[in-house]
Amino acid sequence: MALQEIAFYVMATVTVLAGLAVVFARNPVHSVLFLIAAFFSAAGLFVLMGAEFLAMLLVVVYVGAVAVLFLFVVMMLDVDFTQLREGFARYLPIGGGVAGILVLEMIMVAVTVANQGAAGRNAVPNASGGADIPNAEAIGRVLYTDYVYFFQAAGLVLLVAMIGAIVLTLRHKPGVKRQNIMAQNARTPATGMTMVDIKPGEGIAE
Amino acid sequence: MPEQAFSPWVWFGLAVGQIALVLIWLLLSLAFLLWGDRKVWAGVQMRKGPNVVGPFGLFQSFADFLKFVLKEIVIPAGADKTVFLLAPLLSFVLAFGAWAVIPLAPGWVVSDINVGILYLLAISSLGVYGIIMGGWASNSKYPFLGALRSAAQMVSYEVSIGFVIITVILLAGTMNMTGIVEQQAGWIWNWYAFKLPTIVVMFPMMVIFFISALAETNRPPFDLPEAESELVAGYQVEYSSTPYLLFMIGEYANIVLMCALISLLFCGGWNPGFPVGFLDSWPSTAASLFLFLVFFAKIIFWFFMVAMAKAIVPRYRYDQLMRLGWKVFLPISLVAVVAISGWQLFAKLKGWA
Repeated sequence: MALQEIAFYVMATVTVLAGLAVVFARNPVHSVLFLIAAFFSAAGLFVLMGAEFLAMLLVVVYVGAVAVLFLFVVMMLDVDFTQLREGFARYLPIGGGVAGILVLEMIMVAVTVANQGAAGRNAVPNASGGADIPNAEAIGRVLYTDYVYFFQAAGLVLLVAMIGAIVLTLRHKPGVKRQNIMAQNARTPATGMTMVDIKPGEGIAE
Repeated sequence: MPEQAFSPWVWFGLAVGQIALVLIWLLLSLAFLLWGDRKVWAGVQMRKGPNVVGPFGLFQSFADFLKFVLKEIVIPAGADKTVFLLAPLLSFVLAFGAWAVIPLAPGWVVSDINVGILYLLAISSLGVYGIIMGGWASNSKYPFLGALRSAAQMVSYEVSIGFVIITVILLAGTMNMTGIVEQQAGWIWNWYAFKLPTIVVMFPMMVIFFISALAETNRPPFDLPEAESELVAGYQVEYSSTPYLLFMIGEYANIVLMCALISLLFCGGWNPGFPVGFLDSWPSTAASLFLFLVFFAKIIFWFFMVAMAKAIVPRYRYDQLMRLGWKVFLPISLVAVVAISGWQLFAKLKGWA
């Protein structure tokens, strides 16, 4: 299929170039925009592999939510890049070490896949490989049966993180006036008003 | 979608042709819907509305289009030029890209993918970038404030829209748009908004979806990103000429998309509300055209509702908007998701489903 190959090469090139641009762009906002481009073309690659469910999730979760927050933070903060670049030499060994480990892992995965194929014990049937159940259902079947404990554990971790973030940022300030819409709507002339009969020359004693 | 019957290049050409057809239909109907929007708005305020260009002012949108295109594009000094011009383009392309999975009639769909609804969610969650980029690249305070407001608003209401859509997915058991519409065939009480035991949950869900759609598309009463009394015109202050036009068409395409979506998810899509067995004797193109017109009528009905909401509801305050999204719609739709999934399980156990 010539069409598929063209699509693959276009999207793969865009992914790699956008990834490089994330690192090399001078303006941090441009970096985030290139990151979004990289995410998006990676989603396109997923679609080409027949994993359309994962592709859509990648776009919804990473592009639609995570990268929006990135963009927010980067736009609002005044990032001083000369200051950031100062520590470049100092952090080079750590960064290089992490990158090296990642490269090693990727090579291992690639070699394993090349030797044995991607099919593991609980391989998800590939939607394009002739299986007639949709991709989302295939993932659901594995996720909620064989890996249900891991799935639940991941959910718990996220819940704990969310509660932690709320606990860290929640402040109860005393004396803040808030609008209570229910109370406002429930107000009637009878409850909102008192008739006072003032005698001349006396005024109201508070 | 024809699979391997043609060579890939013929298939490619056919796909481009389909896209062009949908695009032309959409742009033409947008022009008249925009005119209808202004007429409805004028009618509520007892004005005449556009009535000069063409009969009843029908060609007003085309006149406006020409005016926009022929004006000068002003790019403010200090603006990030690339991002500034990319933003309206992005809004426009995304607003139209979403229409790829909308089935207009049986088989009349550009791409009948089996994660259609997720695709729509993904595209509509990308829509916020056009606005943020436009607001930031303008290098001005009002657009930036408008963009921040808009992004916060869209992200908030996307959550409740997502949950409402999940209730429909749970009922339909599929994420394919055509599949969802086909499940609502037959009489009007088969539509998800009116289907009997679940109407208790699904009808309120439709209302929530409608209101969230207004907020998602920055329509009044939730048009805070462009609140003219506070922010001049929000994220599009610095835009003029064609870029502004692209923003505006994108916005209207999104509104009509939401109208189409609410018709598809809750009001049976192309199903007219009674069995369509009599269509079997019709030529297939005529039958499809009839069903397409039914769907189009539903879109127009919902667009009328949107226009009326703009005309009669006063603008919300920002904290009220956030309260409505997070404290009212989110809990209600979450409970609805639990209720619907519980109902589906229960009905399956009892053997009713």
